[in-house]
Amino acid sequence: MSKKDHQEHVIPLMVYLAVGAALLVLTVITVAVSYVNLGPFNLVVAIGIATFKAMLVALFFMHLLYDNKLFMAVFLSGLMFLGVFIILTMFDTMKRDMIYDEVAKPINPKAVIYQESAPPTDQTGGQQ
Amino acid sequence: MDVATDRPAYLAEHFTDAEQQKESAKLGMWVFLLTEILLFGGLFCAYAIYRAWYPDMFYNAHKHLDVVLGAVNTVVLILSSVTVALAIHAIQHNKRKQSIIFLTVTLLFAATFLVIKYFEYSHKIHLGMLPGKFYTYTGIEGTNPHIFFTIYFTMTGLHGLHVLAGMIVIGWVLIRTIKGHFNSEYYTPVENAGLYWHLVDMIWIYLFPLLYLVG
Repeated sequence: MSKKDHQEHVIPLMVYLAVGAALLVLTVITVAVSYVNLGPFNLVVAIGIATFKAMLVALFFMHLLYDNKLFMAVFLSGLMFLGVFIILTMFDTMKRDMIYDEVAKPINPKAVIYQESAPPTDQTGGQQ
Repeated sequence: MDVATDRPAYLAEHFTDAEQQKESAKLGMWVFLLTEILLFGGLFCAYAIYRAWYPDMFYNAHKHLDVVLGAVNTVVLILSSVTVALAIHAIQHNKRKQSIIFLTVTLLFAATFLVIKYFEYSHKIHLGMLPGKFYTYTGIEGTNPHIFFTIYFTMTGLHGLHVLAGMIVIGWVLIRTIKGHFNSEYYTPVENAGLYWHLVDMIWIYLFPLLYLVG
């Protein structure tokens, strides 16, 4: 009774070897593609291949495909929050000037470094 | 049919059975891995911001990283991921000797990774391609090239520390395997060490193209 069979855990050896081989082939592909100039698509392809490789590692090496789906939920929720984090940050830093004119201004105008100095664009920021 | 009669030594008192203990340990490991993803996530976000701000500088600076060494390290880490998976597979089949060999090979791959990383670092330090105010190299066109190397050293440095930590964990698991603590019934620490090692591999899978290939 207590010796329940761990059916889901033992994955055939061939699966590991095949996934390992696929990861190596994808590494070669990603290096090769980086020498072809695709403009902005170089980044898209690189991230796409990396994500596919990461997926293989997670599903097979880390057993997410076979294990308790709760682990998958933990993993995916982490990725989801990471996505929200990066996407919103990029919106902010790239598109803020669509809402109002972005001008460099001191966070604290009374700070020592802004006193008695020329405009910040001009040579050293500090004293003198 | 239950109660303390056939409780194995590895089963802690507060678990009903070995299956529950194993599932709990792995859930804990996954929650830890989640915090690791978010830790590196902050750095990936910093990478995204500065790359968006200085695309030309990133492109020029990334050419100064050695693609061959980076690719070799990628292959080394992938192979180490395979060997650690095979070590777990072996212990699942009670093949302790095989498991010991695979764990040792994993450690050797990890050490190879760090040695290659050492050569890359010392080359850059020699040329003055250093983070922030320590940057003295003059051969890169574009605004603020030191930022690329700040990000490069922070991300690969933190990853390198994780490789080192992984070696310690795998070394500990290896010693316990040699002592015969694990068998096909109980090998959770081997599996969790493997999960950690795969995550370290997974992070490098992103670092390599983002830093070495597309800058």
